[in-house]
Amino acid sequence: MAETTSESLGGIGQSVKRKEDLRFIQGKGKYIEDFYLPNMVYGVFVRSIFAHAKINSINSDAALKVPGVVAVLTEKDLAGVNLAWMPTLAGDTQAVLAGEKVLFQSQEVAFVVAETQAAAVDGASLVEVDYEELPVVVDPFKAMEPGAPVLRTDKEGQKDNHIFTWEAGDKAKTEKAFQDAEVTVSQKTHYPRCHPAPLETCGCVVDHNAFTGRTDIFMTSQAPHAHRTIFALISPFKEHTTRIVAPDIGGGFGNKVPVYPGYVLSAVASLVLGRPCKWIETRSENIQSTGFARDYHSEIELAATKDGKITALRVKTTADHGAFDAQASPSKWPAGLFSICTGSYDIADAHVQVDAVYTNKAPGGVAYRCSFRVTEAVYIMERAVDLLAVKLNMDPVQLRKKNFIKPEQFPYKSTTGWEYDSGDYEKTMNVALEAVGYDQLRKEQAEKRSRGELMGIGISSFTEIVGAGPRKQFDILGLSMNDGAEIRVHPTGTVMARFGVKSQGQGHETTFAQILAEELGIPEADIIVEEGDTDTAPYGLGTYGSRSTPVAGAAAAIAARKIRDKAQKIAAHMLEVSEADIEWKDYKFQVKGVPGKAKTMAEVAFAAYTAIPDGMEAGLEAVTYYDPPNFTFPYGTYICVVDIDSKTGEYKIRKFVAVDDCGIVINPMIVEGQIHGGLTEGFAIATMQEIRFDEGGNILNGNFMDYMLPTAVDTPHWDLDRTVTPCPHHPIGAKGIGESANVGSPPAIVNAIVDALSHLGVTNIEMPVSPWKIWRILHEKGVA
Amino acid sequence: MIPPSFEYHAPGSLADAIGLLKQHGDEAKILSGGHSLVPLMKMRFAAPAHIVDINDIPGLDYLKEEGGHLRIGALVREADLEASAVIAAKFPLILDATKLIADPQVRNRATIAGNLAHGDPANDHPAVMLALDAELVIEGSGGERVVPITKFFVDTFETALASDEVLKEVRIPIPPAKSGGAYFKLERRVGDFAIVGVAAQVSLDGAGNIQSAGIGLTNVGPMPIKAEAAEASLAGKAPNDATLQQAGQLAADASKPVTDNRAPEDYKRAMVKELTIRALRRAVSRAEGGN
Repeated sequence: MAETTSESLGGIGQSVKRKEDLRFIQGKGKYIEDFYLPNMVYGVFVRSIFAHAKINSINSDAALKVPGVVAVLTEKDLAGVNLAWMPTLAGDTQAVLAGEKVLFQSQEVAFVVAETQAAAVDGASLVEVDYEELPVVVDPFKAMEPGAPVLRTDKEGQKDNHIFTWEAGDKAKTEKAFQDAEVTVSQKTHYPRCHPAPLETCGCVVDHNAFTGRTDIFMTSQAPHAHRTIFALISPFKEHTTRIVAPDIGGGFGNKVPVYPGYVLSAVASLVLGRPCKWIETRSENIQSTGFARDYHSEIELAATKDGKITALRVKTTADHGAFDAQASPSKWPAGLFSICTGSYDIADAHVQVDAVYTNKAPGGVAYRCSFRVTEAVYIMERAVDLLAVKLNMDPVQLRKKNFIKPEQFPYKSTTGWEYDSGDYEKTMNVALEAVGYDQLRKEQAEKRSRGELMGIGISSFTEIVGAGPRKQFDILGLSMNDGAEIRVHPTGTVMARFGVKSQGQGHETTFAQILAEELGIPEADIIVEEGDTDTAPYGLGTYGSRSTPVAGAAAAIAARKIRDKAQKIAAHMLEVSEADIEWKDYKFQVKGVPGKAKTMAEVAFAAYTAIPDGMEAGLEAVTYYDPPNFTFPYGTYICVVDIDSKTGEYKIRKFVAVDDCGIVINPMIVEGQIHGGLTEGFAIATMQEIRFDEGGNILNGNFMDYMLPTAVDTPHWDLDRTVTPCPHHPIGAKGIGESANVGSPPAIVNAIVDALSHLGVTNIEMPVSPWKIWRILHEKGVA
Repeated sequence: MIPPSFEYHAPGSLADAIGLLKQHGDEAKILSGGHSLVPLMKMRFAAPAHIVDINDIPGLDYLKEEGGHLRIGALVREADLEASAVIAAKFPLILDATKLIADPQVRNRATIAGNLAHGDPANDHPAVMLALDAELVIEGSGGERVVPITKFFVDTFETALASDEVLKEVRIPIPPAKSGGAYFKLERRVGDFAIVGVAAQVSLDGAGNIQSAGIGLTNVGPMPIKAEAAEASLAGKAPNDATLQQAGQLAADASKPVTDNRAPEDYKRAMVKELTIRALRRAVSRAEGGN
């Protein structure tokens, strides 16, 4: 018999092909748009054309005359069932349908329900809304000026547009460090408002059955259990009679974490009409009204000694949250994990302040492929380090190495309160430097400069913080951020495993099966993973913030080990030895010192249902809810090389080296795919994406013609490598990886472009870096 | 993204199509490739009551060299231009521009006639045809007429086509020996409409001087622009840097860009100059037998 190895099982470290791709690649995935229930109606929104306006009246008469239109729901209908407002994940309130006034362009004003989607669209175009325009607040700084129009007149006691002030670190000590500093640098910068833009827009089908009392909700949810609990808290739907199913999801990236008015309206429509109701956004609706990301205006300052030791960091941020505070962050962390902004560096003192502001823009602030504002934190820190390097006339590599947290300092307690689990930053950086040929590139750059050619090298040595999170500090609306795993080993040795997280393309069906294969000695092909159905999945808070492997992946291993514990007892019984004489070796239960006397997990499984020892319950199942003791801290060094056309400002990323360390890698192919995707999104953010508004709050680029996703042709080639520093507290040593590349890449790209222009005195250029911005600089400097 | 309802017609002859257009007047729109019209309808920016689909009409998909002209029928797709040997041999300018239009899927359906008839200054073929001095063969209930490209564009999204007329053929003079052309296009992203596009066509005389030049500009004004002063400045000159710089400046002077999502006005104007120089340089190189 062939020897059982991790490779033959498809265990940890194997590039097993993704189980889910068989259906995805052949167009057989099942997304919300694929759900057609008998007798279904369709809902379509009437959306505000103004960013801020009083609603005098809504006239639905013409819409109701359109053949096929069944109903037009407005705020008055919702108020009757106490659903005109809903709580946001951030603890604010959000209008489900606008009542007295609208607060952002494309806000939901009415919901037209019809027999067909076409009739609903026709009906929506005929709903007459009488608006009276109000002064619009677009700029978050102007929003805070005295006399600015107060937007949230619905909130009792709200006298201005300020939402919260949040601070971390020691203000006094930081001020002292800046007073004593030999060198300081500062930079104001804006991380633009961008959008996750998942390829599948948000949508749902709600099917309320008045006769069984049950409600099935098929929806684009990154967190089905959490969403069901929220539904139960805010609506007449009870948790035990409501089933949320998140089927295949075409990308989430944080956009499918919030609860949107469309879900609520579809539920109301189904409840009222007794028919299933489908709602699905158009692309423009998705970009214009659902959870955006970032929009942080930050001023960052570093204090340092003359020889380049960073002594203190100060950050002051104004966060534009839009009309409702609907950002998705753990409840006690209104600025998410932004205080991780000390990054990969050992800095004695830091003070961080974030002020959030209401403006007449769509609500959001979701963690777009990012663990709650970590992207914003990494961006400003990696930009600031480069700024300091220029000021000190030091190589940015040397400056980073000088300030890195050293391997022997782990676990490292940061001044803002985080305990970094593990890392060897210099080792990883050296792999990247070697791969890119750093010293040679600097020589080439010097030669090119002497000829007037523009070339830049940008570095980002980021640290992520993922896997929210320890129960004592992290919850969403009071729900602990723990996650469940439930495993059933069938008599024939195959396995069904269910999880509370929900893949949106991450490949859980494969990676979780690989963890179980490794732990149980059962081939991954014999293991099926199910997620997304609240009727069957164990409780959990869902997938975002790179938390699936750190939390649910850990739960998988722990639950598997519970199964192994019971199986060991059964194996001892089968082998007629005491349990202490059995060891788990080479993926089998072996009698110590007696090679060949062993039982496989499959053999034990059959016995678990057929020949159990006296006094033991039958079956081989386990359930675990995992409370992570800490976050995991994946990190990496990215190096970007750009060439700039000095006459047009166009630039090309010639080489991009990404060396990541996410601890133990479960499936290298999937990890590389994740990094490719994240790098491409980071590239898009750095170079082409920003949701823009005019002074009237009109969205200037609310569709894919003007809000751009890069194509394969635009996207640079990515050179990947990795180091492996296992996470000391995770059962299999893994860290999250889904988001590192989106977090780490924008500063590498911007640093490279600024570096190409640094000899001209350029220290900053704002994202997205359009060629015209570079041309303007070159033109001013007399180059173009 | 659902258009309002409309009546769909699929005539089998040009005469029937023209009859339908005459019958429905401004209420009707011609559907050929559909890649401008259908998005407009889905966004409800256009709501024609009648769609006259000309795709079933036989005999409109010819692309041939005849009587000193290249004749391109109304149903010739962008992909056909890309695959054509005569275009590859004699019209590098058309090949350059065509390859830069949207993406392969779009080019499989979209037509050159539709690209022109839409009257959109952001489209690429108008500038190309202005540089090549094309003529347009138009047929309507009043019969056939031939309109020079310089008289075709009337305003943004407005052309010389009457509501009962069909753009039947694009007719382009075959350039003499020692000719070359090139199209340069700045894009925010591959497949996007141009931030700025410049089409240049030159013919050289026996001494290697520029005998004639055509320059068309994409997306830098309310209409496609023929940079006539720049063209005139090149005639009889040696194609050196100073000549090209001057032509570039004159082309920039002829442009009327505005600030929009693509770029600010000053950048666009500067890029008209730079791209004109680059397009002319490559056009001359090709006229000299190079690439």
